Amino acid sequence: MPVISYIDAVTQALMEEMKRDPRVFVLGEDVGVRGGVFRATVGLIEEFGEDRVLDTPLTESAIAGVAIGAAAYGMRPVAEMQFADFIMPAVNQIVSEAAKIRYRSNGTWSCPLVIRAPYGGGVHGALYHSQSVEKIFTGVPGLKIVMPSTPYDVKGLLKSAIRDEDPVLFFEHKRCYRLIKGEVPVEDYTVPIGKAEVKREGTDVTVISYGLTLHFALQAAEQLAKEGISVHVLDLRTLIPLDKEAVLEAVAKTGKVLIVHEDNLTGGFGGEVAAVIAEEAFFELDAPIKRLCGPDVPAMPYSPPLEKEFMLNPEKIAKAIRELAEF
Amino acid sequence: MLGQLETTYVQYLSPEGKLSVAGHAVWNQLSAEMKISFYRWMSFVRMFDRRSVILQRQGRIGTYAALEGQEAAQVGSALALSKEDWIFPSYREHGVAMIAGMPLSQIFLYWMGRVEGCKPPEGVRLLPPSVPIATQIPHAVGAAWASKLKKETSVAVAYFGDGATSEGDFHEACNFAGVFRVPAILFCQNNGYAISVPFSRQSASPTVAEKAKAYNFPGIRVDGNDVLAVYDVMKQAIERARAGEGPTLIEAVTYRKGPHTTADDATRYRPASEVEEWVKHKDPLTRYTRLLKAEGLLSDAEEREWEAECKAQIDSAIKEAESSVPAPPEHLFAHVYAKLTPNELRQQQQLRKRGGRR
Repeated sequence: MPVISYIDAVTQALMEEMKRDPRVFVLGEDVGVRGGVFRATVGLIEEFGEDRVLDTPLTESAIAGVAIGAAAYGMRPVAEMQFADFIMPAVNQIVSEAAKIRYRSNGTWSCPLVIRAPYGGGVHGALYHSQSVEKIFTGVPGLKIVMPSTPYDVKGLLKSAIRDEDPVLFFEHKRCYRLIKGEVPVEDYTVPIGKAEVKREGTDVTVISYGLTLHFALQAAEQLAKEGISVHVLDLRTLIPLDKEAVLEAVAKTGKVLIVHEDNLTGGFGGEVAAVIAEEAFFELDAPIKRLCGPDVPAMPYSPPLEKEFMLNPEKIAKAIRELAEF
Repeated sequence: MLGQLETTYVQYLSPEGKLSVAGHAVWNQLSAEMKISFYRWMSFVRMFDRRSVILQRQGRIGTYAALEGQEAAQVGSALALSKEDWIFPSYREHGVAMIAGMPLSQIFLYWMGRVEGCKPPEGVRLLPPSVPIATQIPHAVGAAWASKLKKETSVAVAYFGDGATSEGDFHEACNFAGVFRVPAILFCQNNGYAISVPFSRQSASPTVAEKAKAYNFPGIRVDGNDVLAVYDVMKQAIERARAGEGPTLIEAVTYRKGPHTTADDATRYRPASEVEEWVKHKDPLTRYTRLLKAEGLLSDAEEREWEAECKAQIDSAIKEAESSVPAPPEHLFAHVYAKLTPNELRQQQQLRKRGGRR
């Protein structure tokens, strides 16, 4: 199997889905001639032309709204928000319209739409190019929220998202784009939305995570194995719908749970995961549920020591795992 | 405020029921069937509307957004559309919905809070009303873009009020529509007030239509109480869109005779003299009826006959809506997704276990 980067997996999925289905088109800022500011859509305009790879004005609400209207007409739009931070003007369209069109039309109309957005920090992106925004949407039924961590999952899940009948928010950690590489099959495949995956088997402590921090957790697990601590790592891959069974299974493996994400602690999706565990697996627990998350500050600072302090890393995660192991 | 509303617009039929020179030309091109159709729909919509207000007062439907006074804007524009065209309405467009093919009983169901009321018959390209204000305008632009991508001839129309023109979505949609020259029509019913706020507080530009200039497509101001002018202007906009000439913004200047909704009291913010002026002297139905009668196309007896027919149809639709059995409580979870997720399924099962009333 060829080894490709996380961002190449995005490009390949788009290229293949656009070839497979003429209803699929891409729209967003700089997605055409520039091939995207991260170059996720590189080569698409040459292959499919400017009508199917639409360079839009700076107009996030209309990017989402136009995509919603086109989806109602039977198209399969894939909208790009240049940075997840800039999704805010489109929140009304996503929450009030995309998430509710099927529901309020009693199933007559649907919104098969994908909104891709690079999120996350650790790239010196400063306050407005570093945010994690998933918690704004996880409490909005009608949306699906996918946050892959590996090239294999990126490609398979993005294809599933494009083929899905409902609106999917597809968040790509921008630090992963060129940092994370992995094997990806040449032939067509999909990864189902709503299925978590065990990325490492272990017996002492369970770590539940997604995105960049999943890789930090795997690195921590590798280090801790040398210290004799066996870490079980579950990659959620999809936040909504949450794979509860996989979460509960992963908890039962060790009885000790650490939930890790870069989004802020308060209101972050880890709270929901913790609540599910507390409600449904309380008697499996041998220690209090622990969360390691982004601090509750309004944004990721630009100043390097502050950005470093905000970001999680394998050492911070290893420390938290050790504490749990010793509990 | 009134002064602003009265700046120049396209008018073919005066409030007295007299055709202008241009109006005569349009009138002479219309079939007898079309001429009577304008009347019948406006009259029907008005009777539906008045009845709905009564039903709300009787507690038989929920809060209702009345449209009396805006019949010509809705009927004239909707009759210019074809079956293939897409409609993205706001919450006051029941007249448009009826003409598009939404059965009356379903429109009543909608106002009873029943989501089935939003399900149009097969082939009717009518979306449910958008309530958040202006959010449907980019949707129409998106559907128009899809029509262009699919190389089809359908156009998409967004209906909205004057208040919506202050929202970002209106401007983002206009800009997008202008840049990509999509076959969309942005149809604004400027009824003078967004709940209590007059248009002069909504907009520094004295008209909605002139805003189109900034987006480089035509903005046309039309007497929204003149059904002939609205129909003709809309038809021209549709022809332009189908010919690939891009979007049009239409401002139909009209007046909401009643309150914003049945939950509002318009006497708190509108002078009685202003309301009287519109109700007594500018009514869309009165002026058109005058014309038909002067042209010998409608008699008092035919008028009464038609009103009796409307009443019968409305009665029957109310009966049908009121006898329709509401969906059971577990319908709460229907259509959240195409296929319910384990989470919704679990909550639906819990609801059943609690013995959700059937």
